[in-house]
Amino acid sequence: MKNKNKNGIFTKVLFYGVLSLISLIMIVPFLWMINTSFKDSTKIFIFQLIPNPFKWENYLQVLESTPFHLFYFNSLYIAILVTVGTIFLGSLAGYAFAKLTFKGSSFLFLCLLSTMMIPVEVITIPLFLFMRDLGLINTHVPLIAIPILGPAGVFGVFVMRQFFLLVPKELEEAAKLDGCSYFRIYWNIMLPLAKPAVATLTIFTFLTSWNEFYEPLIYINSKELMTLPLALALFTDEVGTKWELLMSASVMATVPLLIIFFFAQKQFIEGVAMTGGK
Amino acid sequence: MESNVQTEKVLPTKGIKRRKKFIGSESFYGYLFVSPMVIGFLLIMFFPLVYSIYMSLTDWQLLGDPNFIGTENYQRLVNDPDFWVVLKNTLIFAAGLVPINILIALMLALLLQRNLPGIGFFRTAIFIPVMTSIVVWSIIWKYMFGTEEGFINQVLAAIGIDGPAWLYDPDLALGAVIVVSALKNVGLNMVLFLAALQQVDKNLYEASYLDGANKVKQFWHVTLPMITPTVFLTLILTVIGSMKVFGQIYVMTNGGPGNHTKVLVYYIWENAFKLFDFGYASAIALVLFVIILFFTIIQWSARKRWVFHEE
Repeated sequence: MKNKNKNGIFTKVLFYGVLSLISLIMIVPFLWMINTSFKDSTKIFIFQLIPNPFKWENYLQVLESTPFHLFYFNSLYIAILVTVGTIFLGSLAGYAFAKLTFKGSSFLFLCLLSTMMIPVEVITIPLFLFMRDLGLINTHVPLIAIPILGPAGVFGVFVMRQFFLLVPKELEEAAKLDGCSYFRIYWNIMLPLAKPAVATLTIFTFLTSWNEFYEPLIYINSKELMTLPLALALFTDEVGTKWELLMSASVMATVPLLIIFFFAQKQFIEGVAMTGGK
Repeated sequence: MESNVQTEKVLPTKGIKRRKKFIGSESFYGYLFVSPMVIGFLLIMFFPLVYSIYMSLTDWQLLGDPNFIGTENYQRLVNDPDFWVVLKNTLIFAAGLVPINILIALMLALLLQRNLPGIGFFRTAIFIPVMTSIVVWSIIWKYMFGTEEGFINQVLAAIGIDGPAWLYDPDLALGAVIVVSALKNVGLNMVLFLAALQQVDKNLYEASYLDGANKVKQFWHVTLPMITPTVFLTLILTVIGSMKVFGQIYVMTNGGPGNHTKVLVYYIWENAFKLFDFGYASAIALVLFVIILFFTIIQWSARKRWVFHEE
């Protein structure tokens, strides 16, 4: 009995020890980032728990030297458009694939699914030339259209289709007898039913778009059109080793999302488990 | 009032049915609803993929017309020492990242599935990097790994060790990037494993307990076989993800020192968008495509053999 108890304490210590260590490794970089963002440039090499002097002016300097509000705005509105587009077109196609009978529907669905095996990186070059011919280089159009219609969008179709397959047939039969058009069945019955799937997809799509780096790097040249990740990466090249400025900029880019995450983390984590696990 | 609405709507429906028009039929709406995604598939995926095969057979540069040069780009590829280094780096990256990531994620999921106080905090902490953009995560770690200013070397200095120049040392740089990448996404795989662990039938544990199985035996004979499909899927995603690594390389090392951290996507990007050698870059991109296809097929066929409860 006594031995078992000792064993239990040992397991607990080991349990919390391992978890604390790994959590620390995850969190220390963020604390270090916040710490440095308030440091004086001459104190970068010195460890200070609370920076002295406490230079919140670093943030002002970043805001003054770069159009940070534009980066925010660009990232935000692109992410919102991509999310709305993905949800709408994904659920519309998902509904049709799950519930409507039309010739070749499984073939078309397989075609779409196969694209999930094609990495965007592989087809970027022809896409770039295609966008160039359309005069869309250095615009936000590729950053919005490619995720909605490309593999990320197809993923949305897949998630929504899986959800709609579970909806009992009786519901739409009743609506059909009432004379609802297919679009109304989709819009008034199916879409409201799909709230959990839509929530998951929203989180996933928004996050992916907000953090996207490769596509902005290729399509955007003008500073005022840049998104946050691209602006940060280029800011790194620009300011070199002015770490305090780099860290202030990183804090500003990260903190809003982390605040949202803290309020909605249950949905976030469950959403990722749901979409990634299927 | 409701009956009014119904009679109004039944009449036109009957009319349409009699005429059996395609417009307004179920098929029509089916095609209509999937058309944006199907057109997207053709424009954004299918034609570009076919086109990149054509491009890889040309000498297409930024200016001037493309000329058909047959397999010249592929011959150049085989004789390009940089390409082999890049390919080797990509494979080392995957070989390092995948086991670290999967094993730590599995271990964390097993630890965190128990309902002990403080679990929520640990889950959150481990998941935060997943939410963070790879650019921000890499910038922070570039700083953490800094030779003089970095946190790691400052800690090492405090205990009297002279830390190396992590990201500038040919032997260490790729390893550093692997660790940073593994930490970034370990939370994602952990969540997937946690979800799978919750699906395991509790009766199985009881049954095996009654049969005298200890915790270790339970893990090998109950837990692991039951979550194999998830482990498998996660493995595919992680391998494919590591083949496409780019952001952390771009931010942390720019492929350096020398070529020591240059990976396939970085090499494609460099050839296409820095050197504007579109034809050659397309050839490399197709190599990447074949590699990813290869891994997908291998893992799909392996799936049949050792996944436990797959239909």
